[in-house]
Amino acid sequence: MVAYVVQRLGTVMVIMLAMSLLVFLATHALPSNTAALILGQYSTPETQAALEHKLGLDLPLPVQYWHWAKGMLEGDMGQSLVMERPVAPMLWDALSRSAILAVSAMAVVSTLGLTLGVVAAVWRGRWPDHAASIFTYFGVSLPEFYWGLVFILVFCSTFHLLPSSGYANLSDGFGPFIAHIVLPVATLALTLLAHVARLTRSSMVEALESMYVKVARARGLPERLVIVRHALRNALIPSITVLAQDFGFLIGGIVAVETVFAYPGLGRMLVGALERQDLPLMQAAILVLTGVYCLANLTADLLYGVANPRIRYGGSID
Amino acid sequence: MAVRLTELAAAPVIRARRRQLPAALVVGGALVLALLAIAALAQWIAPFPYDQMHIRDRFLPPSVHYLAGTDEYGRDVFSRLLFGSQLSLALGVTATLISMGIGVPLGLIAGYRRGVTDELITRTLDVMMAFPPIMLVLLILAVTPPSLMKTAIAIGVLAVAPIARVTRSVTLDLMSGEFIEAARARGERLRYMLMRELMPNVWPVLMVEASLRVVFAVLLGAVLSFLGFGVQPPAADWGLMISNGRAFVDTAPWISLAPGIAMSITVIAISLVGDGLREMLDPGLRVR
Repeated sequence: MVAYVVQRLGTVMVIMLAMSLLVFLATHALPSNTAALILGQYSTPETQAALEHKLGLDLPLPVQYWHWAKGMLEGDMGQSLVMERPVAPMLWDALSRSAILAVSAMAVVSTLGLTLGVVAAVWRGRWPDHAASIFTYFGVSLPEFYWGLVFILVFCSTFHLLPSSGYANLSDGFGPFIAHIVLPVATLALTLLAHVARLTRSSMVEALESMYVKVARARGLPERLVIVRHALRNALIPSITVLAQDFGFLIGGIVAVETVFAYPGLGRMLVGALERQDLPLMQAAILVLTGVYCLANLTADLLYGVANPRIRYGGSID
Repeated sequence: MAVRLTELAAAPVIRARRRQLPAALVVGGALVLALLAIAALAQWIAPFPYDQMHIRDRFLPPSVHYLAGTDEYGRDVFSRLLFGSQLSLALGVTATLISMGIGVPLGLIAGYRRGVTDELITRTLDVMMAFPPIMLVLLILAVTPPSLMKTAIAIGVLAVAPIARVTRSVTLDLMSGEFIEAARARGERLRYMLMRELMPNVWPVLMVEASLRVVFAVLLGAVLSFLGFGVQPPAADWGLMISNGRAFVDTAPWISLAPGIAMSITVIAISLVGDGLREMLDPGLRVR
């Protein structure tokens, strides 16, 4: 187990290295000129050359990469070109605000999604199943940002119940804080909820019709025990994998949802940086999000092992 | 073959029931055909060109003249919806073809050859899956000028790994079949084994997977347009229309609601086809 974790951490390092190279090279392929961006419209070729020299932009690419990567590792992410502030503190602030959304959404998805799936499977063919399947069909059939717009239309424009955009610190009071994250979290959770519920339903149906459930019933176990101990335990395994995969969608969804609700998180910061070609901010944001994604995947794999004891990490493949 | 024989031996009543197509497939298939027809005939059935502005008729609610209302430039939203179906379907299908074109051969070879080849392919796929998908697409689309084809390629490449994985696991299952052993004993070549023995058995599962992938591609494409990294204005792309309508959601909600409804019909239609196919493959999944 320890060896497996170490090996997986090694893989995470390799992926981060590859991503950093990719980001670095891709941003250097950009048509924009950093020095010209900083100096603005009154720059001349001479002042640009002088600034490029000062920033080290005239050095060979590998040397530039080395300086940049070293800074990243030391926590120095450079200076945002557009906001003219150090990237690191801005980024960590934004990340923590995104994390609030992501963790709340994930909590909603895992509890509600699994419940919905199990309920639909146990009462399959009857009204709870039909209700759940109609909900999931509509849930997965539209991208997050669209539901965000619908929510804004209903809860903000029509009924004036909740703020449609922005963010409130916890220090401003619990009420405003919650009011600002309810809609983004609901939007973020909705699509994934449908996904998880559908999958849980199908694996639960399969489990309920399996031999071991029949045997458990034949042994005269109460139905509740059969469902929880025998069927659910096995049906959960694929659901956990899907929850982990969904984290990738969550990161994608967060970018869109934060844009819809003008929520000051990392996703919106990244979109802003990409639009304004703010290279240092863009590079750092992509790298941080990649790191978060890798670690989340790793956690999910480990959880998978806990849920399914048949899998022994570090052993032979298949 | 074994399956056929038992079917022949069974009572004809059961055969008749098996022949019946799942309702999901019929409804979904009809909807998809209708959408394809709309996309193909948009030029002729749309009441207006997609970019024709009626400056005096801005922000009009849906009416007989403008079926889904008009947008901030007085363009007919309904006509734009019809033209938008071309972009969405083209994106979904192209992206899926790209990912299947790369993913299926990889999965087949990995499952058939096993050993070192399998190991190599599986590891590469693992690395591909380890990258956060949206980051790669955003990076690619942000550093180069956007176009529909590039969006399709970016989305298509994302789905290579999952498709290759599904293909591989189905192939691995099939490899223990007697028909493979028989073909091996006949001394068939690799090409024959993959195309004639494995493909016909893999493709039904792949069709289900493909329908899923088309849905993902359409949705992801919409997200990218919405963020401004996909199809560029004044194209009548659904994601783009939703994004434009966002500013007027209080006063003219139809601008962004209408393309969403169109998108959900498309996505539900394709999902229904996928579900129907799955039901046909595995009748045990049918709700009883």
